[in-house]
Amino acid sequence: MSSCWVTLQDYGLRSIGIGERILPKTDITICEQVVLIGSGVIWNIYFGLIAVFFGFWFSIMLAVGKNNKLALFRIPSESIIFVFRGSPLFIQFFFAYEFFVLLPKVGIEFDLGFITLSAETRWLTRAWLGGLIVLFFNTAAYSAEIFYGAIRSVPSGELEAAEAYGITGWSKFWRIIWPSMLRLAWPSYTNEAIFLFHATSLIFFSGFPAWRQSGDALYYANYFADRTFNPFLPYPIVAMYFILLTFVIISIFGVANKYLNRHLDIDQRAKIQLSINILR
Amino acid sequence: MFNVCADPSTLTEFFWVICYLTTAKHFAFYVSFFVVLVLLAIAAPLSLLFGFIATIGTRSSNWFIQIFSKSYINMVRGIPDVVFFLFVPLALDQFFELIRHKIICFDVVEPIWQGTDFVVCKAAKLPLSTADLWVHQLYAFTLALIAFAIVFGAFAGNVLSGAMRSVSKTQTETGAAFGFTQKQIFWRILVPQMWIYAIPGLSNLWMLLIKATPLLFLLGVEDIVYWARELGGSKTSMYAYPHPDWRVYYFAGLLVFYLLMTWASSKVLKRLQIKLSKGQATMAGKELQGY
Repeated sequence: MSSCWVTLQDYGLRSIGIGERILPKTDITICEQVVLIGSGVIWNIYFGLIAVFFGFWFSIMLAVGKNNKLALFRIPSESIIFVFRGSPLFIQFFFAYEFFVLLPKVGIEFDLGFITLSAETRWLTRAWLGGLIVLFFNTAAYSAEIFYGAIRSVPSGELEAAEAYGITGWSKFWRIIWPSMLRLAWPSYTNEAIFLFHATSLIFFSGFPAWRQSGDALYYANYFADRTFNPFLPYPIVAMYFILLTFVIISIFGVANKYLNRHLDIDQRAKIQLSINILR
Repeated sequence: MFNVCADPSTLTEFFWVICYLTTAKHFAFYVSFFVVLVLLAIAAPLSLLFGFIATIGTRSSNWFIQIFSKSYINMVRGIPDVVFFLFVPLALDQFFELIRHKIICFDVVEPIWQGTDFVVCKAAKLPLSTADLWVHQLYAFTLALIAFAIVFGAFAGNVLSGAMRSVSKTQTETGAAFGFTQKQIFWRILVPQMWIYAIPGLSNLWMLLIKATPLLFLLGVEDIVYWARELGGSKTSMYAYPHPDWRVYYFAGLLVFYLLMTWASSKVLKRLQIKLSKGQATMAGKELQGY
């Protein structure tokens, strides 16, 4: 037990570069596997949380844009949604990585005499920024399709009533469409968030290098499986962490769902059910 | 390929491009697109079968079969599919080698797991170390195929069991009233009617399957991602066709390939749905009749 405590201190934050540098190589214990893989989960949460937070707002913009009659707004939104939903996330990661690698060579370098800003594009080739950008666009595109569908299914009676009261334009969107849209989309959006968190495990397998062996949960699981030739321990550990994560997401989104449905009768309230309709 | 291409350094730009795109390695790249299509063609019906069997399992009266199929169907909801793609081929490989080891080398007493090594006797290796390269590739592909079938079988199980629940209860009850057995109700009433409810989900699944094919790369198959990285990487003057890092263009090509695939699929599936909706007592079916 005490040795496991030491392991926790050494490797608990290993994935973000704190603690022991060298990964366990021989005589790998179960404790080491659980701790190190758990430390990798920090990255999955980081990617998922930030991508969902920023992607949410961007997806609303895309959904509204797609619903707009003006081609100026509609076509860019539709194209972004089409490209990111129509192609595999794995290829998107590869493409983005190679693209970001080329950037400084192509010559975006601002030499200000005393400082060169090319350093900024360097971060794009790192997973924490480059991978995050891809995930952000990807989740925004998938969520936009969900929100677009929800905007389309806002009851027309509500809109007509709003217009009858003289509510138009921005306040019509903000006060009438927005709450209904969120409520209708929420169960699907919960699923999207869950599968986004699952998708975060792809990043370190897709070109983006794990700098100083700081990777996510699956990266470490793969490391252990390669080391010990025993896949029956590390992969179930990853699976366990993700199931746990899924339950946390469902309960957090469930609170929001309750809030969005609070004005409805009990039997009319939408339930969050895990479905696999939206995956990438 | 062509005689002109004998000495690439003397070629004009146009012929250089032609010759470059017709090297043996590029043909391997083009063949790998067919590997993707073959995988799709086999994995799709196979996972449908897995899903169908699992759906039958969830309705079984046997307690064990029911629990097993329910957990199989539900596992994909909580666990990322990549985990399965990494786990299943490795686990299967060890499983096969273990069985072969027990049968072929029954006289070897040393344990198979020695510390951090998995050691089976030479004759039990799969494929044999003396086997041709294509045997190794076929074996890797087959393991990958099984992994795909298992994961997408679980997805298909979700879709099909949902579709079965959507078939109107009155239909099965009528069957029971006419004295159909449970088996007859299942095969003659439930199964024929569930497909229309399953089609949207299955269409979605087909798109998912297309978008999951680049994961073949993770499973050690020389697929389009492998070749895109291999061919795109910068080539020094050591090579016949030196060029800088072109990987971004190769991946852009793959992106376009997948966009075309999903775009064409969505067109076909939309048509299929309209066709199947004809004469159905659903909203889409009614709309077709002009209600």
